[in-house]
Amino acid sequence: MQQPNRLRPFFENITFDRDDNELVLNFGPQHPSAHGQLRLMLHLQQEQIVKSHPDIGYLHRGMEKMAENMIYNEFLPTTDRMDYIAASSNNYGFALAVEKLINVEVPRRAKVIRMLLLETNRLMSHLFWLATTALDIGAMTVFLYAFREREYLMDLVEDYCGARLTHSAVRIGGVPLDLPDNFLTDLRKFLDKLPENIKDYEDLLDQNRIWKMRMENVGTISKEMALDWGCSGPMLRASGVNWDIRKEEPYELYDEVDFDVPFSDKGDNYARYKLYMEEMRQSARILYQVIDMYAGTSPELMAHAPKFISPSKIEMMTQNYSLQQHFVLVTQGMRPPVGEVYVPTESPKGELGFYINSQGGPYPYKLKMRAPSFWHTGILTDLLPGHYIPDVVSIIGTTNIVFGEIDR
Amino acid sequence: MAQHKIDFTKDGGLPVALTTIDNVVNWGRSNSLWALTYGLACCGIEMMASGASRYDFDRFGTIFRASPRQSELMIVAGTLTKKHAEFIKRLYDQMAEPRWVISMGSCANTGGMFNTYATVQGVDRVIPVDLYLPGCAPRPETLQYGVMMLQQRIRKEKANRSLKPKRLM
Repeated sequence: MQQPNRLRPFFENITFDRDDNELVLNFGPQHPSAHGQLRLMLHLQQEQIVKSHPDIGYLHRGMEKMAENMIYNEFLPTTDRMDYIAASSNNYGFALAVEKLINVEVPRRAKVIRMLLLETNRLMSHLFWLATTALDIGAMTVFLYAFREREYLMDLVEDYCGARLTHSAVRIGGVPLDLPDNFLTDLRKFLDKLPENIKDYEDLLDQNRIWKMRMENVGTISKEMALDWGCSGPMLRASGVNWDIRKEEPYELYDEVDFDVPFSDKGDNYARYKLYMEEMRQSARILYQVIDMYAGTSPELMAHAPKFISPSKIEMMTQNYSLQQHFVLVTQGMRPPVGEVYVPTESPKGELGFYINSQGGPYPYKLKMRAPSFWHTGILTDLLPGHYIPDVVSIIGTTNIVFGEIDR
Repeated sequence: MAQHKIDFTKDGGLPVALTTIDNVVNWGRSNSLWALTYGLACCGIEMMASGASRYDFDRFGTIFRASPRQSELMIVAGTLTKKHAEFIKRLYDQMAEPRWVISMGSCANTGGMFNTYATVQGVDRVIPVDLYLPGCAPRPETLQYGVMMLQQRIRKEKANRSLKPKRLM
């Protein structure tokens, strides 16, 4: 280990070979454009980066270990705090994995509500991405505009589940509540306005000289590189791979709705920006179709699987045996069969997968989360060299990383 | 040549208001609480939302600054981990006096739901905290109310504080 003296930079656990004029710049972990607690060690020749080393773990909260000491339902709120910009998609990913494990079928109305939540979360996440990236590059107006629209969606989700940020709006086996009155009309009202809003952002940014200079041909990821580093979601699609889990392995009702998966061959920041904008339009398109599906569904919200999932309130209050079951499920937790399962979902950031290894007990033996941002941070090692310091901020912006799910 | 149209001896008299140094200094301090952007986790998003268009923190004179040297309020928004704890102390030390700390959210208050090997169980184990905001995550209204409470507290203080050193818990 290096000696901490004043003349040489002192970094824990990392040794540097310093034989030339390289400057070692420490970026983060508390940097306003680091999107959380990213720490980058940048080796600079003049202003050009020759080597970069992302250092993570500043938000490591030990979620995977926590899961091993919690019953399945108890763990669900913890998943909110992973990708906290789109909390419901994490809830959903976890719930879907457990449902696969215990093999239950979710009622159709619950599916519709989940679809509504997933896509509103995608919109929220993309709007937030646009806001922060524009802010990092200096477009304060877009930040204020995008947050304005995001607040409408947060109000909608709050109407549904009572929380703005950490929703916990999905349960294992269904959803807890039916939609409140006016939810669908409010959502439709928002969606009718959305194309106008997206056009506003594009008018401000698309041909903006500064925006183009900071975005075009900056942070170009080739197809091979994207595949090598395990990119997924918009990062992969911007690099010319048309891969969307909603299309490849459809879950929920994605095989019934009609939508396009935008992709681009350019792979630079600008391509990713265009991709996010197009995905917002596609989300709106999905939501319109899902709104129409709601009317024809029967009112069940939770799957019927007495061994794993608590019975409905009415059954519980009228039948003695149901109440006993509920008591056991709450105090001891469900006991899924022995086995392991990996279920990927397309979260707004990419492939969010949950691996659960069950030994038949009420706690998972091992729970692993495959978070997209983790892999998108890794690519910074290869992506940043050759770029200049100001490009770092715009590249971090377009990778759309969230530290809750990187460090977990 | 400019003609003075105000007769200082009539209509309300001299443009002078009598006050105390305490009031003037505290008026300035409490209405320009520049906050350090210290979004650590989920609460940081709500902190951003309170600075954004709907909740508009600028009304309170609270502007987010990216440097501890320019800020007097540290809003610790999110989970503090043991790996990060060293830096929060360093940033707090870099802030100029007088300085205040708001601990936002359960994680910053007590460690919250993350009672694990990696999490510091409350930022007050590392730096002194003036105000605790409950919630996971607290709404932007909560944060704004918290800042208003802090402003009220600052207005009651002496301008020339013979500062007693703040003690850790």
